[in-house]
Amino acid sequence: MEETEPLTPLHPNHVKAMRLTAIIAAVPFTIAALAAEITRLLPWGVFLVPVALVAAIIIIRIPLRRYHARGYRLAEERLQVVRGMLFRRDTVVPFGRVQHIDVDQGPIERFYGLATLTLHTAGSHNASVSLPGLAHEDALAMRDEIRAAIRRDTQ
Amino acid sequence: MTDEVLEGTPQRTALKGLLARGIEGVRKGILGIAAIGFAMRDEGSGFILAAGGFAVAIFVVTLVFSYLAWTRLTYTIGDSDIRVESGILARAARAVPFERIQDVSLEQGFIPRLFGLVEVKFETGAGGKDDLKLAYLTEDDGEALRDLLRARRESAPVAANANANAETGEPEAAAEEAALLFTMGPRRVLTFGLFEFSLAAVAALAGAVQQFDFLLAFDFWDLDAWQKTLAGPGDWLAGLGFAARIIGIGLVVGTLLLVGLATGFVRTALREWGFRLERTARGLRRRRGLLTRTDVVMPVHRVQALRLGTGFLRRLFGWHSLKIVSLASDSGAANHEAAPFATMAEIAPIVATTGFALPDDDLEWHGVSRKYRIDRVLLSAAALVPVAIALPFVGEARLIPLPLAGLALIALHEYLRLRWDRHALGSQQLFTRHGWLAPSLAIGSRVKLQSVEIAQGPIALRRGYASLLLGLAGGRLRVRGMALAEARNWREAILTTIASQDFSQLSEPAKANTITPAAHSSPDYA
Repeated sequence: MEETEPLTPLHPNHVKAMRLTAIIAAVPFTIAALAAEITRLLPWGVFLVPVALVAAIIIIRIPLRRYHARGYRLAEERLQVVRGMLFRRDTVVPFGRVQHIDVDQGPIERFYGLATLTLHTAGSHNASVSLPGLAHEDALAMRDEIRAAIRRDTQ
Repeated sequence: MTDEVLEGTPQRTALKGLLARGIEGVRKGILGIAAIGFAMRDEGSGFILAAGGFAVAIFVVTLVFSYLAWTRLTYTIGDSDIRVESGILARAARAVPFERIQDVSLEQGFIPRLFGLVEVKFETGAGGKDDLKLAYLTEDDGEALRDLLRARRESAPVAANANANAETGEPEAAAEEAALLFTMGPRRVLTFGLFEFSLAAVAALAGAVQQFDFLLAFDFWDLDAWQKTLAGPGDWLAGLGFAARIIGIGLVVGTLLLVGLATGFVRTALREWGFRLERTARGLRRRRGLLTRTDVVMPVHRVQALRLGTGFLRRLFGWHSLKIVSLASDSGAANHEAAPFATMAEIAPIVATTGFALPDDDLEWHGVSRKYRIDRVLLSAAALVPVAIALPFVGEARLIPLPLAGLALIALHEYLRLRWDRHALGSQQLFTRHGWLAPSLAIGSRVKLQSVEIAQGPIALRRGYASLLLGLAGGRLRVRGMALAEARNWREAILTTIASQDFSQLSEPAKANTITPAAHSSPDYA
């Protein structure tokens, strides 16, 4: 059944959120590179050009690839989360094994109206499975759906 | 303050909890405060002022942050779950269904106690740090909340049933005789000690000689000096001839062996003396130990998986060990030794008691992907062959055989693993066996798994194999290097089994028992 239906992609804002995170991470390196340029120890651009190149890849290319590598499928009382470009992880959590559910929003996620849904299980491996990059209201709706399913199971 | 817990509306924790947190903050910062006081001790009375000022600053800062957090923290008792929302900048919302709450505990530290405050902990199967906590509530509110949640949990039909069973079942069952499953007499313990030869003790002794060599009159490790001593004026030893030297070496080796053996004996005897495993109403009860006697009860319904192990020597004599993987929230280690040193005939009844079964003949065993093993050898080659090539360039050409021999050993190991490692999926259980020198077998229950993950690294993605990682409470269960299609089939089959029972049914003794008869019916444990 699994491969017949395509994965649901994450919210497009997720790419923007990842890019913003990458930009913030790149700031100290850029400043350091600029400072190194000002010292004029080496010809112009030896520090700045590589830093700018790596930053450009991390900011422009990587978030898009990561976005396309990620996805989820909510069907048949289970949540399937796929993630990872190089190291691919394809996890399925049945609702019947969910202990509790978190909906978290970091500052950047809040800015873009996103949220991370985390399912906690009793297992030592995959004790918590996170799905980032959902629209906040989608995350809440998914939480309620999973909650309702747990309730049904026990009755 | 109020005895009643308001339902459906967001609640806040106790306001005076802020004071408790502020004081806690000062208590935690006491070292820093003392350090400041100490650093300023030459400034006359100023040091008291500095330390005091620092303490006040910590108090105020903790208070401000606690207050901000407090304004943003609410909990809501819903129809079927408790929800906690928190966070100043980053918002977190957690929902815990009543069915998943195993118990509610109230904890009181020293300072909260002075203020009549409690921390409410909601224990779920997740165990440990992931559990939900609410700090601080007044004692009355905490107790009211606990009562409400306990009442709610029992009103859920399934849980109520199971609880009733557990309650009525307990007193009469407690009277029931404990059945002895496995015991180890002095002879068995000593035999066990023989196999527990301690290499670590030998290494420690050798290490001690090295560490404390300044106590010796000579340098133990100085080979040249040894040779000089032997060949020089003191060549009386050499004069005794070759045989005497052999005897000398034999004595040293013998002493080391004796120390290793004795350590093994003593340690094993201390730990395993009077080993008794019984089946009681509450579960498997294990008692052992000479000086410190431990008494552990492992509830049968909490058994998640079994592990059978052996050693490369003891295997030849038919000795095996049985470990129980239990729910993580059990006290102490989650890995319990049910039979550390036993024959398969002794282990089989214990396995049956836990509701599991040893593999039978009908099982279809599969090996791992050949590509997976080949890739592992190739990866090692990619690391070792360049080393071999580089060696002549650094003038160490005579060391070339070393990396190559290592590679040959790795290749042999991988080949034997390919031959020996097997996994099988039964109707209720799954089995993985790995290792060729001392093979171990893990037995997992399909229905007791928590999640299934298929993981692939960059090489695995291209070569079409995967690792199957199973979420097991209290332990790990995985099959590496499975063919991708097989991994997908296993996942689908396991997920279907998981869906047949909810976690709350698994965690109740009465429900778990219903699986046992079926598992009992396969007595084939050769």
